[in-house]
Amino acid sequence: MTGVTCRCISRAHLPWLVIILAATLLFPSVSSGETNTAFVGVVGDTVPPAPVTSLIASDRKYDNGEAIDLTWVPSIDDRLLHGKVIGYRIYRSENGGEYKKVGDAGKGDSQFSDETVSHGNRYVYYVVAVGPGGQAESIHTAPIIAEREWINFNRKYLFLIGLIIAGSVVYFIETARRGKKLFIRRIAGLEAVDEAIGRATEMGRPILFISGTQDMDNVQTIAGITILGHVARTIADYDTKIRMPVSRSLVMTAARETIKTSYLAAGRPDAYSDDMVNYVTDEQFGYVAAVNGIMVREKPATCFYLGAFFAESLIMAETGYSIGAIQIAGTAMPTQLPFFVVACDFTLIGEELFAASAYLSNEPKQLGSLKGQDVGKAIALAVMIIGTIAVTVGQSWNIDLMNNIADWLNSVFKTN
Amino acid sequence: MDGVIMHHVALWTAAFLTLGIISFLYRDNAWYKFCEAVFIGISAGYWFVSYFWDNLYGKLWLGIFPTDPTQPPDYILLIGGALGVMMLLRLIPKIGWLSRWPLAFIVGATAGLNLIIYFASNVMVQVEDTIRPLFGANYAASAYDIVGNIVVAVGTFTALIYFFFSKEHKGAFGGAAKVGIFVLMVTFGASFGYTVMSRISLLLGRIDFLMGDWLGVIK
Repeated sequence: MTGVTCRCISRAHLPWLVIILAATLLFPSVSSGETNTAFVGVVGDTVPPAPVTSLIASDRKYDNGEAIDLTWVPSIDDRLLHGKVIGYRIYRSENGGEYKKVGDAGKGDSQFSDETVSHGNRYVYYVVAVGPGGQAESIHTAPIIAEREWINFNRKYLFLIGLIIAGSVVYFIETARRGKKLFIRRIAGLEAVDEAIGRATEMGRPILFISGTQDMDNVQTIAGITILGHVARTIADYDTKIRMPVSRSLVMTAARETIKTSYLAAGRPDAYSDDMVNYVTDEQFGYVAAVNGIMVREKPATCFYLGAFFAESLIMAETGYSIGAIQIAGTAMPTQLPFFVVACDFTLIGEELFAASAYLSNEPKQLGSLKGQDVGKAIALAVMIIGTIAVTVGQSWNIDLMNNIADWLNSVFKTN
Repeated sequence: MDGVIMHHVALWTAAFLTLGIISFLYRDNAWYKFCEAVFIGISAGYWFVSYFWDNLYGKLWLGIFPTDPTQPPDYILLIGGALGVMMLLRLIPKIGWLSRWPLAFIVGATAGLNLIIYFASNVMVQVEDTIRPLFGANYAASAYDIVGNIVVAVGTFTALIYFFFSKEHKGAFGGAAKVGIFVLMVTFGASFGYTVMSRISLLLGRIDFLMGDWLGVIK
């Protein structure tokens, strides 16, 4: 090791070293602040920084007792230039136990959120200012407990808007029940449902119904199964065959119940069979392989794809196209919609899938729900237009009123 | 030596199954049917075992009878277990109707939980993010940004109008809805191209396997 040092700093380098040393001593201000601080810290500074002051621990409001927020005034030695603080460490004692480090805060920081607490426990905190010359501990906070709140008032506007929409839904349901006809615009894809079933009947071929590859905890699957109820009712009337391979066991049970109920409603319970719906596998592409096989072997005249889809959408829709089936698809998955649009005859885009059951059934409850949702959309549209105009005018001509309107609207729709 | 043999067996099996599935592009055939049956059988068996050990044993059994003596039993899991047993009652026709209860529970809970989640993420956040200045003195933006902001605002407003079901798409309202569906189709076109590229990369992965790992043509 010594040999290496001797080779690096040879006699030839000595004059340069003398010049650099002299320049450093004569012109200390030429060096950057950061280098200077590091130099002082490493070699010259043995004095620890001053501790943080005014440390306060407070329970986070309107949460589930999951966080405590700390604030403090940074150490007076926490400065950008020539500062003695390189960061802060946060220590915590739980229920009177020993103190353990729960996190770090950077230089210049004055707050920290401890999101590892459990509600009901008592916590005490202190903050340590860390510098090259040592560290300084703050005073300890008063004991604090993370409380659970029943109501999250940060979401009061969410509640209010939800209440308006829910109220609209109830109002429209009652209106529909009283016999008033509620207008729903024509949805092309749904107009074609009965026609597609009729075609399969005439051709003597089955109908294939795919409700996506997700489970019953997905609203799109539920929407697909709801439409299945209407489709199955028409199939029962026409005495057509339905084929529904599924990739989730719960969907199989729900689909069987739905079809059975539809056959019962059509007065044809004897025509129902559990074999109409069969489980294949949970594996996405294993399921697709099976569906493709069914398509090319049984050649269904009509294929419905209504639910949540992923990469399997185009594979199935392309196979359906290759066998000449009428295809009606519907999903709210933005990445899969393009594939259905190009490969299917009719596609229900996003919200249309959820509107479908109301449109097809004409039931007061579903129609009222759809109308109520339209009220929600109208509110959202109005707020977006007013907000955009207000913020644009406010910022262009410095009109406080407009800026305040935009800020208020933003705060109303802020969810956190 | 055994490892080398097993490696080659696995390699040839994977290549055989890959080519079998790809053969569907030509037409349905016995090779594809075989691969399809293998795929479905193995995956269904795998998921059965996975659900059994992860859920029934890992969550339900160990939750009620924890192996760690310091951990208290979580008896609330018995409700889930009971709902699971009720699902199986379908196998007994006389009381099979009880299997509708867990289904109703799942659908109801899903609708209730998702109502708030979707409303917050798909409505509130969307509205908040749309309220942005198109242009302005205090907002330093290039002409490109301004055009982009206007396109986003108009696209959002008109696409939302398309999804109104209470009013016929006629007149100015219908015109706005037409712009909305046009915006949606342009978005779908861009998304289509992007996703196709990712599918191409999947195809390349398979070709790389066949030509590289299996045949050794590509190094």
